[in-house]
Amino acid sequence: MLDIKAVREDFPILKQQVNGKPLVYFDNAATAQKPKVVEEAIKTYYDTINANIHRGVHTLSQLATDAYEESRRKVQHHLHAKEDREIIFTPGTTFGINLVASGFGALLQPGDEVIISALEHHSNIVPWQFACERSGATLKVIPMNQKGELMMDAYAALLSPNTKVVAVSHISNALGTINPIKEMIAMAHAVGAAVLIDGAQATPHIKPDVQDLDCDFYVFSGHKVCGPTGTGVLYGKEAWLNKLPPYQGGGEMIKTVTFEKTTYACLPHKFEAGTPNIAGGIVLGYALDYLNKLGFDAIQAYEHELLTYGTQRLLEIEGLRIVGTAAHKTSVISFNIEGLHPYDVGVIVDKLGVAVRTGHHCTQPIMDFFGIPGTIRASFSFYNTKEEIDILVEAVRKAQQMLS
Amino acid sequence: MTIREAQEEIMDEFSMFEDWMQRYEYIIELGKSLPIIDDKYKVEENLIKGCQSQVWLHAENIDGKVVFTANSDAILTKGIIAILIRVFSNHKPVDIVEADLSFIDDIGLKEHLSPTRANGLVSMIKQIRMYALAFQAQ
Repeated sequence: MLDIKAVREDFPILKQQVNGKPLVYFDNAATAQKPKVVEEAIKTYYDTINANIHRGVHTLSQLATDAYEESRRKVQHHLHAKEDREIIFTPGTTFGINLVASGFGALLQPGDEVIISALEHHSNIVPWQFACERSGATLKVIPMNQKGELMMDAYAALLSPNTKVVAVSHISNALGTINPIKEMIAMAHAVGAAVLIDGAQATPHIKPDVQDLDCDFYVFSGHKVCGPTGTGVLYGKEAWLNKLPPYQGGGEMIKTVTFEKTTYACLPHKFEAGTPNIAGGIVLGYALDYLNKLGFDAIQAYEHELLTYGTQRLLEIEGLRIVGTAAHKTSVISFNIEGLHPYDVGVIVDKLGVAVRTGHHCTQPIMDFFGIPGTIRASFSFYNTKEEIDILVEAVRKAQQMLS
Repeated sequence: MTIREAQEEIMDEFSMFEDWMQRYEYIIELGKSLPIIDDKYKVEENLIKGCQSQVWLHAENIDGKVVFTANSDAILTKGIIAILIRVFSNHKPVDIVEADLSFIDDIGLKEHLSPTRANGLVSMIKQIRMYALAFQAQ
């Protein structure tokens, strides 16, 4: 059980007023707030060991290198990866997907197929379009039903020996759907395809076990798991990471350089060109420590409570329709109110101190599927409360009254 | 009424409101009263497309003056474009291009109602000026 009052004390930003009202922050799917330990760790890094890593022989450089590599091991343990060299630090999810898709762009051939799903965020669509354009491969899309669940029969029908890559989100950012990825990975492996899982929306709520899932790649962003922005992780099975060509050249990624020929460094450095976000990478480890200390079982149980309560309370509002009603959902509620534009509602509830996301959430194909311009999305985190949901409900009612 | 006078009139109206709620309610009212764009002009080339809401803006040159009509799928955005039309419509292209727009800061539109990205107030004004410039060049 989480002690929410104590947890909230860890997040100074939540004590603020916005537009003269106490802040209710329900845009967690976009980015999470940072606990004091994370803020302090950033300061401590710059106050004590700031130096460039991996090359310096001086003490600070060695301390910074140790801290950075220690963080890599924390991520390894968090994801239950076999080796720490399977953990590549990136600036975020989008970068990780682009790295993998770009690599496959060089490996794929005409006749090959890449499968993504109807639930993907633009970041897991566009890089694969690039890869297909570059290689002549074909992009296929797993359709979804009206609840926002992927249609597994259709997925099975799309899979063939031509399928080389399947790239799907663990959890949908716009609808909150939790995809049956373990089953999907096994099905893809049965036809010999590699699988990338976009874990951006899952990692704040679920502790993924990459060995149990048996995915080939798993990507996530640090800022959504209470870490700094501009941080992220690409997990890849060693064999696959060795097979993919480097993404960027320079710095730590080389072994030897002559003007005729360059050889590449071993993993993970092959994919970490240039000076990385050292402080960010180190502090990401602190953020994961913080979440692990709270415990993902407790986080999930509490967030499920918020989802159930929020769903029930919001549905009390006349004309409110929830978009995305999958049987397995995380704490995201996307909704629309009959006759009102999401933008108008978002602006008014903001004035009442409530931060929600409105728009298409960078998932235009999902919005096109439901024939809507966008939704109002309230996404809850473990530091939110039922009282805050009550404030949201009142704010939405007020907006409805003003706009109708 | 000149562009300056129209701005002053709007500033006067907004100065009467005590809080943001009243301002918003007024903007919503303005949005509802906006003469809706003729459906034949509700086309891609007249669309200012954004992340949040969409605005259709059409301009015609009638006897040397630019006449604007517009619509939006969001009512607050519609209210804002209604205000802009009230200021800019029915004026000579040169006056629109050279107009000083101090009223936007004055009524707090930028502070409170500047939508994100491409469909923001700034893009709407830019588009209005582009039309005026085009007519000026003719």
